[in-house]
Amino acid sequence: MKVLFQLIWRNNFTLFFVLLQGLCIYLLVRNNRYQQASVFNATNAVVTTTMEGVNYVREYIHLRDNNNSLAEENALLRAQLADARYETDSNRVLVKDTGHFQQYEYITAKVINNSIRHRNNFITLNKGRLQGIHPEMGVIAPNGIVGIVNHVSDHYCTVMSLLHKESNISAMLLRSGFFGSLKWEGGDPNYVYLKEIDKTVPVAKGDTVVTTAFSTIFPAGVLIGTVTESLVEPGSPFYKIKVKLSMRFSNLSHVYIVNNLMKDEQKQLEGFNKAKEEEP
Amino acid sequence: MILAILRHIFRFLLLLAVQVIILNNVQLGTFINPFLYVLFLLSLPVQIPRLLLLAVALITGLSIDMFQNTPGMHASACLFLAYLRPAWLKIIAPRDGYESDAEPSIRKFGFTWYLAYSSLLIFMHHLLLFFLEVFRLSEFFDTLLRILLSSILTLLLVIITQYMSAKPKGTI
Repeated sequence: MKVLFQLIWRNNFTLFFVLLQGLCIYLLVRNNRYQQASVFNATNAVVTTTMEGVNYVREYIHLRDNNNSLAEENALLRAQLADARYETDSNRVLVKDTGHFQQYEYITAKVINNSIRHRNNFITLNKGRLQGIHPEMGVIAPNGIVGIVNHVSDHYCTVMSLLHKESNISAMLLRSGFFGSLKWEGGDPNYVYLKEIDKTVPVAKGDTVVTTAFSTIFPAGVLIGTVTESLVEPGSPFYKIKVKLSMRFSNLSHVYIVNNLMKDEQKQLEGFNKAKEEEP
Repeated sequence: MILAILRHIFRFLLLLAVQVIILNNVQLGTFINPFLYVLFLLSLPVQIPRLLLLAVALITGLSIDMFQNTPGMHASACLFLAYLRPAWLKIIAPRDGYESDAEPSIRKFGFTWYLAYSSLLIFMHHLLLFFLEVFRLSEFFDTLLRILLSSILTLLLVIITQYMSAKPKGTI
């Protein structure tokens, strides 16, 4: 017994090192999943205060770009107003609003921290639990999708960016309707890859890529980007399509958090099928 | 003694601020990412108790992690650096050993010694850091390139900072 204690004491440096490494790896693995709160994430007070200060300067630097992008969006929204349109169809039946549910709710948020240079990028937004934000809500910008909320504190939330190795978003080619999954392979933050599209599908340069209606996170038809080239990997039945993102992550500043009001209903319904598959 | 501890705490806060406020926000292409804050761990006294060294490394790493939203990643790399440091210091020790209160620096030990000392530790730190971030081997050569370029830049910044920092008055 004495020998054992001596052995442990003599190697206490290595033992301590291995123990602490274990702790670090545990923290690291936990953070890569949704809905796992952790003390050491970027939503605590010291971090967010500093980041707001840093962002104050950054916002000023990107003021011109942001103004342009907001002005463009204003123009787009103005064009959609009723009085900007000319009535061409005189036989139209007036549909009362009671015929429609509202399915999506949009909450505006400001980016207070953003990275694009890492293999796994996160974004911090200035809205949190008190504003009704929950993990797994989608985040979109005026001209593209941004990512999915993963941690939430009272006033802030962090977003797993589209530029993250675990991000996997269902997307389709607008022209043909064929769908695949969207992945970022690192490197240039302006390009992602659309995979699992059948080789027999016609794909042309410049085709629009949008979100599908499958996920409960994003509304269908949100613009993602345009096809720049389609590669065929030898021996694979699928295309690997290079997509240029319509949104630039490098000067992201104002975004919308998407709340799908019918998400629980869809998830519950789909849950029945999953439970049945697992039964036998 | 107290003065030396205060100096280390001041250095820690300064490097943390520089890392978080400036370096994390400067864009140098998607491949390069310097981590100057390791200079704090490199500059701790040679004779620091080894368990204290590990604890300090853990705190340093977690502080950086909080700002990057990567809990455990920098902490793990810092611990690795701290684990290798005593052994590496022993291997490259000068013939007549270290003085009891010596801190590794270019001024004290010369450029060649410091280059050997810091380059290996910085490379090992970045090696673990970037592979933990990617967590797979399929992007091996991309990651290796990032590690090499980032290590070189960090090393360069560490050396420049050493030359820029004011000469301490007398010996503390």
